Amino acid sequence: MSSEMAGAAEVAGAAHEAAHTSAEYIKHHLQNLTYGQLPDGTWGVAHSAEEAKAMGFWALNLDTLIMSLLLGAVFMFMFYRAGKTASAGVPNCLQNFCEWALEFIDNSVRGSFSGKNAMIGPLALTIFFWVFSMNLMDLIPIDWVPGLMAMMGVPFFKVVPSTDPNATFGMAIGVFALVLYYSVKMKGLGGFMGELTLQPFGKWGMPVNFLLEGVNLIAKPISLALRLFGNMYAGEMIFILIALMGGAWAGFTMSGVTLFGSQILLSLGWAIFHILIVTLQAFIFMTLTVVYLDMAHQEHH
Amino acid sequence: MNINATLLAQLIMFAMFVWFCMAFVWTPIVAALDARKKQIADGLADAERAKHDLELASKRSAEILREAKEKAGDIVANGEKRATEIVEEAKGQAKVEGDRIIAGAKAEIDQEVFRAKEQLRTQVSAIALAGAGKILGREIDAKAHNDLLDKLVAEI
Repeated sequence: MSSEMAGAAEVAGAAHEAAHTSAEYIKHHLQNLTYGQLPDGTWGVAHSAEEAKAMGFWALNLDTLIMSLLLGAVFMFMFYRAGKTASAGVPNCLQNFCEWALEFIDNSVRGSFSGKNAMIGPLALTIFFWVFSMNLMDLIPIDWVPGLMAMMGVPFFKVVPSTDPNATFGMAIGVFALVLYYSVKMKGLGGFMGELTLQPFGKWGMPVNFLLEGVNLIAKPISLALRLFGNMYAGEMIFILIALMGGAWAGFTMSGVTLFGSQILLSLGWAIFHILIVTLQAFIFMTLTVVYLDMAHQEHH
Repeated sequence: MNINATLLAQLIMFAMFVWFCMAFVWTPIVAALDARKKQIADGLADAERAKHDLELASKRSAEILREAKEKAGDIVANGEKRATEIVEEAKGQAKVEGDRIIAGAKAEIDQEVFRAKEQLRTQVSAIALAGAGKILGREIDAKAHNDLLDKLVAEI
């Protein structure tokens, strides 16, 4: 991509063309590899954003699915191996790490979850490490994987699954389903409906109550999904914009060298800062899930 | 950026991973952690008990040592007493034996003296006879003067 851009920038007075390719570069990086029904009726991979959009709901973002499956499988396999050989004796390196991770998750779950539920721990562990590994893909230089895929003839490849709202909403809806399930299980259907309609204004303010509490309830999965998506998407976007600076390379001119140098410095700085965001967002997603489920378990008055 | 069926696939994947984590990751690792916790607690308790036992044992060993010393002192004292007793006894016996030997020796000496005297007496009488015979010449008949000679011998 960047060589195309450099070529474009070399053409004198082609500022508007350069902007065009910049926009293309950005768009290319933000397009998922979508599999679905093409306009001519056959099934295949969309080669443009318009084609992908035209596929409607029944299409799959292959890159998101492959990456998230791969990452989930890798960390699950790691933990599985540790769990299989886990013994009370002297732990080896892997077991040590997994035990440390598990205790860390367990401690933070205990901190915010007061009920007793055998599922919360594994759920929190899965969320944290899955989201963490998906976010971590953001630190791979943005052109490497798409470039490799382009060599293999794959038109698009977004390597960070959490920049795809489908991934974040998929998990958030899963969490929401659990919240609904445990709300009904713990409080009964009547209790849950009562919680939704009888507060804060008592039974005469029922419609207002329902509106407020309903928004409150719906906001949980949406904020969960959008927070993760927004953070990762914005981070990805900034990486793309930084990458554009070096893309404007047009020989050893003052501005070219300056831009190239600033790309290196900026992407280094942003990547280091992004390590924080990657971890923090995974942790926030996990903690909020635990908190929502804790609220689902508790009767509040 | 379109919402599509990826959502559902992701949801299913999420559920599967959570189930897998619950079944094959969380349970065994938590079990191992609990087992280790118990092992460590047991180990600490054992160490505490061992420390206590050690204290008791050292106390006991000091006691035993003290008793042994006492006994040894007693034994030595007894031994010494017995030794003096034995020595005293031996002294007594030796004295008795010595006295006996002395008495025996004295008796023997007396006997020897008596025998020597006897011998001497017979020899003296013979000498006297011989002497007298020489002095008196053949005058003296041994038979005639036998009673005289016997008297002489007795006198000697």
